[in-house]
Amino acid sequence: MKDFATLFTALDQTNSTLKKVETLAQYFNKSEDQDKLWTIAILSHRRPKRTVKTTLLREWAAQESGIPLWLFEEAHHTVGDLAEAIALVVPESKKSQDHSLSYWIDQIISLGKEEEETKRKAIVSAWLQMDTAERFVFNKLITGGFRMGVSQKLMTRALSKHTEIDESELAHRLMGDWSPQKITFEELILTKDEKADLSKPYPFYLAYAIEGKVDDLGKPNEWFAERKWDGIRGQVIIRDNQVFTWSRGEELVTDRFPEFQSFASDLPNGTVLDGEIIPFKDGKPLPFGLLQKRIGRKTVGKKLLADVPIHLIAYDLLEFEGKDIRAYHHTERRSLLEKLVKSNPSDRLLLSDLIDFTHWNQLTEIRETSRANFCEGLMLKRKSAGYQVGRKKGDWWKWKVDPLVIDAVMIYAQRGHGRRANMYTDFTFAVWDKDRLVPFTKAYSGLTDAEMRKVDAFVKKNTIERFGPVRSVTPELVFEIAFEGINASSRHKSGVALRFPRINRWRLDKPKEEANTLEDLMSMLSQYEG
Amino acid sequence: MPLLKFTPAGIYCPQADIYIDPWKKVNKAIITHAHADHSRWGMKHYLAHPLSIPVMRLRLGSDISVQAVEYNQKLLINGVEISLHPAGHIPGSAQVRVSYKGETWVASGDYKVEDDGLSTAFEPVKCNTFITECTFGLPVYKWKPQKEIFNEMNGWWRTNQSNGISTIVTAYSLGKAQRLLQNLDPSIGKIYTHGAVENTNEVMREAGIHLNETIRITKETTKKELVGNMIIAPPSALNTPWMNKFKPLSDGIASGWMMLRGTRRRRAADRGFALSDHADWPGLLSAIKATGAENVITTHGYTNVFSRYLNEIGINSVEEKTLFTGESIDEADDEKVKEEEAI
Repeated sequence: MKDFATLFTALDQTNSTLKKVETLAQYFNKSEDQDKLWTIAILSHRRPKRTVKTTLLREWAAQESGIPLWLFEEAHHTVGDLAEAIALVVPESKKSQDHSLSYWIDQIISLGKEEEETKRKAIVSAWLQMDTAERFVFNKLITGGFRMGVSQKLMTRALSKHTEIDESELAHRLMGDWSPQKITFEELILTKDEKADLSKPYPFYLAYAIEGKVDDLGKPNEWFAERKWDGIRGQVIIRDNQVFTWSRGEELVTDRFPEFQSFASDLPNGTVLDGEIIPFKDGKPLPFGLLQKRIGRKTVGKKLLADVPIHLIAYDLLEFEGKDIRAYHHTERRSLLEKLVKSNPSDRLLLSDLIDFTHWNQLTEIRETSRANFCEGLMLKRKSAGYQVGRKKGDWWKWKVDPLVIDAVMIYAQRGHGRRANMYTDFTFAVWDKDRLVPFTKAYSGLTDAEMRKVDAFVKKNTIERFGPVRSVTPELVFEIAFEGINASSRHKSGVALRFPRINRWRLDKPKEEANTLEDLMSMLSQYEG
Repeated sequence: MPLLKFTPAGIYCPQADIYIDPWKKVNKAIITHAHADHSRWGMKHYLAHPLSIPVMRLRLGSDISVQAVEYNQKLLINGVEISLHPAGHIPGSAQVRVSYKGETWVASGDYKVEDDGLSTAFEPVKCNTFITECTFGLPVYKWKPQKEIFNEMNGWWRTNQSNGISTIVTAYSLGKAQRLLQNLDPSIGKIYTHGAVENTNEVMREAGIHLNETIRITKETTKKELVGNMIIAPPSALNTPWMNKFKPLSDGIASGWMMLRGTRRRRAADRGFALSDHADWPGLLSAIKATGAENVITTHGYTNVFSRYLNEIGINSVEEKTLFTGESIDEADDEKVKEEEAI
C-alpha cells in the first residue's frame, strides 16, 4: 500500500506524461504480480464492488475525529472529495502498516457480508495505521472514482515498457470482463491466449473533433462522410452462436439490449460490428432521452421494449469470418460490411448510409440539416485508413453541429469537486418568466481559471442564503449556456431538460434583464425536441 | 456600548476613538501587522509594533505618521488601556488588547500558534471577548510541524539540484518568504530572490532582523547561475515570463491551501507545501480556549461554520463581516486589496 500511495502521490505531482509513464513503469518493475494486476484494474476503472456505504464512512470519520456530522459534511464539501476529507480529519495515526495493496483490497472485499460493527472496526483500525496519503488511496478503493491522472492509454504504454509486449496487443488483452479476483497477471497479460475469450471486444477507435476548416482535410474523394448518430457507441460480437454487446465504456451490456439476440441466427459467427445503439421507429431515430430511460432500467419490460425499440446502425466491421480485419482499408471494410448486411438481413440491423458529396461546401450544407435528421452532426473517415486503437488524430473526425445557446442568470452556486474544490463553480441558471426567474439547468464547466476565481469571489460576497452546501446568490451575472438538445420534462420546474449543458461564455456585456425567457426555451423545445 | 464595534470603516473603539486595521480613511489606526489587507493607506496617524513600521513605510510611503508601540507596552487613551501582544503571524505582528473598566477585548489580527523561529511567538491573552480570524477554521486543516515540511522542501531542492535544474518556491513576500529563507538549508546552494521579496528583506535587515544571505535577481541574472539553486518569489510570479525564462526548473507553492489536493491540482505546480502563517484547526481552538473568552467574534475565513461549532461546544460566538482576507491562494496579496477597493 505504501508503494501504491507513493505511486499515486508521484503521479499527482507531475503534469508530464513522459514522467507519468516512467513512474508507472518503474512501479510495475518492482511490484508483485497481484499488486500490478490490481493497479491495472483500478487504472482501467475496475474497482472492487463497494462493500461499505459512504454514509457509514462519513459517520465513522466524524466519530473518530470527535466532531459533529454537520461539521464533517462542511469539511467534505470544501475538500470536494469524500476519501480525501476522511483522510484529513481522522486523527493522525500512531501506528504504521506494511501490507500490500492486494492485502487491503482483499480486506475491503471480505467486508461484504460482515455486520456493520465488524465493518466499522476494520475500517477505523485501517485508518489508524495509515498516513494521510495511504488513507486517501484506501478510501478511494472503497468509494471509487479513482482518478490518477493516467489514462488507460498511458497505463498501457507503461505496461508495455514493463513487459516489452506491444501496446495495441496489450490493449486488446486488457479489454473485456476480467477481474483480478478471477485471473492472474500471468494469465491476463503474459500468456498469449490463442482461443481468446469469446466475448472479448476490440478497443474502440475514437474520433477527435475537427479543428479549423473542413477543407483542410484535403480532397473530398479521399473521405467517407456519414451522419453522427445520437445514440451510444457499441460493439456487437457474434461468435459461437452467441451475441455480446459492449458499450464504449467497456461495459458488457448484452442484457440491456435483448433485441440483438436475433443476430445469433441472422448473422454468421465470427462477426464483430461497430455501430450506434439507438432507438429507431418509423424510419427515424427516437430522442436520446428515451434511450437513457432504457439504460437506466435493470430489467427491460415488454412495454419499454415496444415503445423504445433498439437497433444497431452499423458503420464498421472489425472481424469478418473470424478474422481480425482492422488493418484493412476502410473502403474494403465498408464493402464487406455492406455485403454482410445485405446478404444477412436482420430486423434490428441497419447500415449507416454514406453521404454522397463531391465538394466540401455541399457537406457544410448537409451538416446544417443534422438536427432535423435527429443527428449530432457528421463523421468523416479516411477511406484508406485502418481501424485504430483509442483516440488518434488524423483519420477519423467528428464534425458536430454548433450547439444551441441561451443566455441565463446564475442564481445558485455550489462548491466543485476535484481541481475545482473549495471554489464555487457549480451553478444553477434561470431564465425569466415575466418578472420571475425560473431555474432550468445546472452547469459547471466552461469558464477559464481566471473567470472561475472572479465568479467564486462574487458568490462569496453576494450570498443571500445558505442551504447546506448550496448558496443562493444575488441574481446578476449572465452566462451563455450551450447545449446539444432539449426535451420536455415533468421532473423540472421549467418543464424542460437540456442535453449536455455547459457554460459557453460569461456575458459581461449583458445586464440580467436581458437574459432569455422561458418563452424562448419553449420555442426551442417545439423546434428541436427529439 | 460595546468596547469594540464593527463599523463600515473597520473595528472601532468608541471610548478611545481609535480603529484597529481599518479599511477606510480614519484619524487614528492601530495596525496589527503590515500585510496589505490589514495595513491600508490613508490614515492620519498609525500605531504599530516597531518591526511593522519599516514595511509599512515601504508599502504606504515614508511620510506616514506612525508611533511605535512595543509588545506589552501600555497606552492609556481616554481611560482605555491599549497594548500589543505577539501574534506569531509575521515579524511585528500583534494582537490588540483593549481594556476598560474591568472589561477586556482582544483583536487577534492574523495569528499562528506554532513558533516559526522568526516572528515573536504567539502568546494567549486573557480576555472576555476575543475577535479571531479563522482562515483555516475547518478540521481538515492540520499543519505538520514546520521542521517536517522544511525537511521535505530541502529534500526536493536537493533532488532538483542533482537533476541539474533550478528550484522555485512561491510565498508571500512579507513573512512567508523570510520564514522560508530562515529554514531552507543554505548548505545545499544559494538562495535567489524576486525583487518584491528582496525589498522586504532589505527593510527587515535594516530593522535588525537577521536573515540568511540572498541574491537579488536582476536583468543580468542568468539561467545558468540559477541551476541547482533556490529562488523565492511572490505567488504572482508563478508561470509568468519572468519565471519561465529560468526554465528548466521545478516549481513549488508554500501555502496552507496546499493541504487540499484540489487546490494543488488547480495551481498545477510540481509541489505544494502546506505551510501557513495562520493557525490551523487545532491551533484556533487551543488559542481560543487559552484566552478564556466567553464571547468570540469570527471575522474572516470559514466564519459561519466556525462560529456554529464554537456555539455547540459552549462558547458564545457570532460572525462579523470585514474586509480581511487572510491567506489567499488564487491571487497575490497586493492584488487582492486592489480588487476589493474597486468593488
